[in-house]
Amino acid sequence: MKDSPTRRYADTPIRFHHELGESFRIAAQQIAANRSRSILTTLGVIIGIVAVTLMGTAIRGIDIGFDRSMSGFGDDVLYVEQWPWNTGDDYWKFRNRPDFKLSFADRLNQMIEENPNSLLDLAVAAPASIQTVAYGKRQISNVYTTGTTHQYAYLARTNCEKGRFINEAESRGGRNVCVIGRDVAGALFSGEDPMDKVIRVRDQEYRVVGVFAKQGSFLGIFSWDSQVVIPLASYIKYFKSNEENASIRVKVRDKIQIAEAKEELRGDFRRIRGLLPEQEDDFAINEQKVLRSSIEPVKTGLAIAGLFITGLALFVGAIGIMNITFVSVKERTREIGTRKALGARRRTILIQFLIESVSICLIGGIVGLGLAFGLFVLIGALFPSFPMQFSPMLVVMALFISVMTGIISGFAPAWQASRLNPVEALRYE
Amino acid sequence: MQSDFEVTADDLIIRPKGNVVIRIHQITKEYEMGYTTIRALKGVDLLIHCNEYLAIMGPSGSGKSTLMNMLGCLDTPTTGRYEFNGIDVSSMEDDELAEIRNRKIGFVFQTFNLLPRSTSLQNVELPLIYAGVRAEERRQRAEQALNAVGLGDRMQHRPNELSGGQRQRVAIARALVNNPALILADEPTGNLDSRTGEEIMGILENLYTNGHTVVVVTHEQNVACRARRIVRMRDGLIESDEDRA
Repeated sequence: MKDSPTRRYADTPIRFHHELGESFRIAAQQIAANRSRSILTTLGVIIGIVAVTLMGTAIRGIDIGFDRSMSGFGDDVLYVEQWPWNTGDDYWKFRNRPDFKLSFADRLNQMIEENPNSLLDLAVAAPASIQTVAYGKRQISNVYTTGTTHQYAYLARTNCEKGRFINEAESRGGRNVCVIGRDVAGALFSGEDPMDKVIRVRDQEYRVVGVFAKQGSFLGIFSWDSQVVIPLASYIKYFKSNEENASIRVKVRDKIQIAEAKEELRGDFRRIRGLLPEQEDDFAINEQKVLRSSIEPVKTGLAIAGLFITGLALFVGAIGIMNITFVSVKERTREIGTRKALGARRRTILIQFLIESVSICLIGGIVGLGLAFGLFVLIGALFPSFPMQFSPMLVVMALFISVMTGIISGFAPAWQASRLNPVEALRYE
Repeated sequence: MQSDFEVTADDLIIRPKGNVVIRIHQITKEYEMGYTTIRALKGVDLLIHCNEYLAIMGPSGSGKSTLMNMLGCLDTPTTGRYEFNGIDVSSMEDDELAEIRNRKIGFVFQTFNLLPRSTSLQNVELPLIYAGVRAEERRQRAEQALNAVGLGDRMQHRPNELSGGQRQRVAIARALVNNPALILADEPTGNLDSRTGEEIMGILENLYTNGHTVVVVTHEQNVACRARRIVRMRDGLIESDEDRA
């Protein structure tokens, strides 16, 4: 029964809970009592949280904007081309590759048909180039012009707001018809109904049979709404010189198996090209994933800028909070002494001051989140095209960062308070 | 778990008169002050029994404050042995001492040392919070203690709404609330006018009559005279130990 005196009183979770409750009460009192001081010190945290939250929404927004515009490419489509999408150097290596023939698409479809286990679905030739289109006196340049078959509808988004996509008869016959993007229609016709009007693509005349529904642009870098699609046979006839831009799109059966499908496609294409085992591929298989990597630098730049601002603001904020907590410890030295005399242990005091600094930071974090959300709504209202996305994850992250800032900045003063000698603390004037 | 927080066996043992609460044997205390070492206590022996009313007197620099800090387990001696309720506390760690202070010692300070933004009730509850007592019981015991010092009608008042005497009574209630083995009052009337001082001394007297062990540290003769035993300190040693009962 008479064991160690201190061990007799079990260190129970109940007791810890009581201490926590008391600490929160004291923290609330303390913050309320020093309102203006607390608000000033939270400014750094508020700015930091606004910065990190806006950065987060912008980065997520870019991803979403990218996905939206990328859906035009399709994530289950592979692009067989002469050039890889992501290569800057080695120009001559690719330049000197043998010609890339669009008839390869037919060969490929034949091979797909012969192989019952093929992971590939359908190959469609879709060469593209930049052309100038005109209607009457109006003319726009830099229009992304694709020649393809009616099967294109099978692997890309071709829903039309007016009219329809190229049909099989037009495709087979290589008729001079076209489907135009929304912005092209807007620029050439401005209010006039474009249906069945005849436009000029470079110097050939095409009748408009459809207008694509709005697909959106990506940060103004690239727009799917500024394109023209014409039948493949017609494209080959008039724009054939552009072999470099030849492209065969191959839809895979299951995008989960896109890597395996890519290998199969590579094998098929090596056979088409008649390559020997030791020879390198003289073609490139591209996929949307590669394009995605091209926006990485933008995202990284944003992230670095955001993190820098956040880091700086939080650093300043943390120093402010450390300072205010040191002041608080100093001011309340006698109180700490009293608490210790009444039986507060080191941990109790440590937690009390930590909770105080964490509370201040949390308040800052919540205010910051509120401000960021306000800004987010405002930006959304002023620039609807600017992609941003507010997510619950971001809220959790912001609160977590606030708490961590509180702990890091409050620790040194709280530790100092917890180590105070009760005799000296009680004597402190 | 609950049993841990109730009155324990040796809380009851110390009640009978005559049991030793404090046994101090040859304790010394040295402080480093710059390059010099100050010997505040130079080998003090002291025995305090249960239900004693003792005053410690002495001029400043006599070591009485140091002795009081030892008695209150706020500090540990440089050498010597200090037994509190038969337990050696002279070499305990900070947190173990905090535990002893929380359970066994009730402090009454000259400057009251109440938390300014907390009500009387919250102030009195504080030691019970550190002891891990549940909220209802805490409240009940704090109310009891406040009633005992005649402040039943001032429970929701904050210290700045109370007179000096009332504040000191809140402090006494706080000292009482854990049913301590020792009540240690450091110049309890030092900040009060003489009439209120009398009142406070009356309360301490009552505590003694009800079986508590009370130690008052003071330099005022009339305060010390109410005690049954006066220990006088000089130059870090006990000069006289006079039983007046």
